Amino acid sequence: MNGFLDRRDRWLNLTGLLGVAIVLVGIYMAFQYAPTDRVQGHAQRIFYIHVPMAWLAYLAYAVLFVGAIGYLWKKDWKWDRLARASAELGFLFTTLVLISGSLWGRPIWGTWWQWEARLTTTLILWFIYLGYFMLRSYAGDREKAARHSAVLGIIGMIDIPIIHQSVKWWRTLHPEPVVLDTTGPNLPDSMLYTLLVCFVGFTVLYAFLMGMKYRVESARDEIGEREMTRMFEASAAQQPAVDTTSAPSISGGMED
Amino acid sequence: MSRVIALIWKDLLIEARSRQFIGAMLAFTLIVIVTLNFAFDLIREGREMNGAGALWVAILFSGLIGIGRSIAVERDRGTLDGLILTPIDGGTLFLGKFGASLASIIVVEIVALPVFAALYDLPALDPLVLGIVLAGSAGLAGLGTLFSAVTSGGRSREVLLPLLLFPLMIPVLIAAVRATGEVFQGDRDDILRWINLLIGFDAIFIVLAYLGFGFLIED
Amino acid sequence: MIVEMHGVSKRYGRQAALRSVDFQADGGSVVALLGANGAGKTTLLRILATLTQPNRGSYRAFGVNAWEHRQEVRARLGYVGHRPFVYPELTCLENLIFYGRMFGLERPEDAGAAALENVGLAERADRPAASLSRGLLQRLDLARATLHAPALLVLDEPDTGLDSPGRQLLRSIMRQHAANGGLAVFTSHALEFAIDTSDRIVTLAGGEVVDDRASAAATIATLETTISRAAPVEASA
Repeated sequence: MNGFLDRRDRWLNLTGLLGVAIVLVGIYMAFQYAPTDRVQGHAQRIFYIHVPMAWLAYLAYAVLFVGAIGYLWKKDWKWDRLARASAELGFLFTTLVLISGSLWGRPIWGTWWQWEARLTTTLILWFIYLGYFMLRSYAGDREKAARHSAVLGIIGMIDIPIIHQSVKWWRTLHPEPVVLDTTGPNLPDSMLYTLLVCFVGFTVLYAFLMGMKYRVESARDEIGEREMTRMFEASAAQQPAVDTTSAPSISGGMED
Repeated sequence: MSRVIALIWKDLLIEARSRQFIGAMLAFTLIVIVTLNFAFDLIREGREMNGAGALWVAILFSGLIGIGRSIAVERDRGTLDGLILTPIDGGTLFLGKFGASLASIIVVEIVALPVFAALYDLPALDPLVLGIVLAGSAGLAGLGTLFSAVTSGGRSREVLLPLLLFPLMIPVLIAAVRATGEVFQGDRDDILRWINLLIGFDAIFIVLAYLGFGFLIED
Repeated sequence: MIVEMHGVSKRYGRQAALRSVDFQADGGSVVALLGANGAGKTTLLRILATLTQPNRGSYRAFGVNAWEHRQEVRARLGYVGHRPFVYPELTCLENLIFYGRMFGLERPEDAGAAALENVGLAERADRPAASLSRGLLQRLDLARATLHAPALLVLDEPDTGLDSPGRQLLRSIMRQHAANGGLAVFTSHALEFAIDTSDRIVTLAGGEVVDDRASAAATIATLETTISRAAPVEASA
């Protein structure tokens, strides 16, 4: 246990433990404490995972947005690390939201997918994350990747509320499938508490994962820097000495 | 600004002499319009909305050709560095390229819209429709020009540009199709919010593209 | 000092193109940059022309940080690269008028006509640039680069494709430029041309400056040896 409570890692690891603990409590509550939904039955329980995941998917994007602005403004790598790390986690969460939404919807709607406003916006978010990664890998060098993806991150962030609004208006023309309303006063207290616990637990877990991911990215950047330094300092010893007195005269050759 | 005009003029002059892109864009738009007629049921109920959808799919995909080419061509020919080395900032260069792309798209639409109106028997030349088409095209040209700065240069260029552009353009697609379809249906009451959305989108993203272009174009 | 580089290093992917290069030059001179293929000449010129930034080190031009003030630097810079900045569909004059407008010249038509005159392309003013041969295209590109009377000329192999009169023309343009107080930096594989045209010769090998001498003190033989003495060093994986 010594390494575990080591000063540098201490807070991060405790956060991780805390997150796991709260999530476990939340899951217990989701299955034991929260009542069974009258209409949807046990399938509804996935809601306690689905909704916090959705929150994280968007929170991660917001962090990416902050990182993008920070990098373009300050040109400091730590901002790009923040953006990069959050992007990977955010993409994961978004994928989980889509999958859990689909699994939840199947027994209730009878189909694997509905073009419901929030799910649709999340699907588009998934593509924006995908574009972010493809843009980074397409750019080639680190600096370009950071700069280009930062611009995409900012544009995406500003677009997402607009996308959501337009999809919502689009969908009001079609009958909406009935989905559990998380905002209304209809939610019984026990469900609300379970949801809150899951929210907090997953958010803490996100903070822990971000800390870990950020560390990994810092290490990666550090290695890149050292490699570059080594690359630039190579050489002087490798140049053979030049003897300008005895060079044979080579005719023709280099001239046009 | 005179430099923006110089840039637009140069591109239009080149296009007029070579007819390289406008020809391809025009042919492609017409093919899409005709083909979609077979894909959708355009005789009965809902033909107005489906027709609007077909029109906008045609505009979106042919616009992609025109936009991707503008910066890509400069890069391929090696003249992009020449533009970068003139003492203009990224925003000015953006406006020049944006203007030229939008002009090409509009030229294609000037031919395509009457053809569409005739083939589909829909009032595509209604001034309101023209306004919607202009607003939608401006949004497409704006974001498209911005992303063409990063996606040109070979290697999977054709995949990356639509992948980046289409998700972000969804509000324009939704608003433009709905508004156009409603005009076709003769039902103009509801379109104000779609038009506001289009204009708002254009205002926000053309400004953002203007500000961001400089970051993307430099090495 | 018009240009000052200290400790400039640049990599492309896993290759180090330039390693800790120091280079300074002032107005009124012509500097030739020599080296084998892959020695880093083009990279150095691109950094000089603010087309790219070094990964390490500093580059100041006209007394200011070149990258931060790159718009100002570019207004006083003329660059000729491997590919001409010329639009084939436009006529020679139209090409120059376009660049004249971009550089904010008062009367781009007059400046363009005069520049064409200087490079011997006056009769082709209204012919499309596509109709020019390689050597004439080079001349047009040279006219374009000097159109706005820049103080700093950066030319990457400007003599390639030029015939003998063309080379004479290039030489006289560069010497005139220096006589007017400007700085010209160019690369070439033609050693005799380099010695004849420049005041100073800097040789690169493996991304580093390995020689820097006055042209008067250079001979073709010694230059050839210096240039070929070290292959570009592979970066360690």
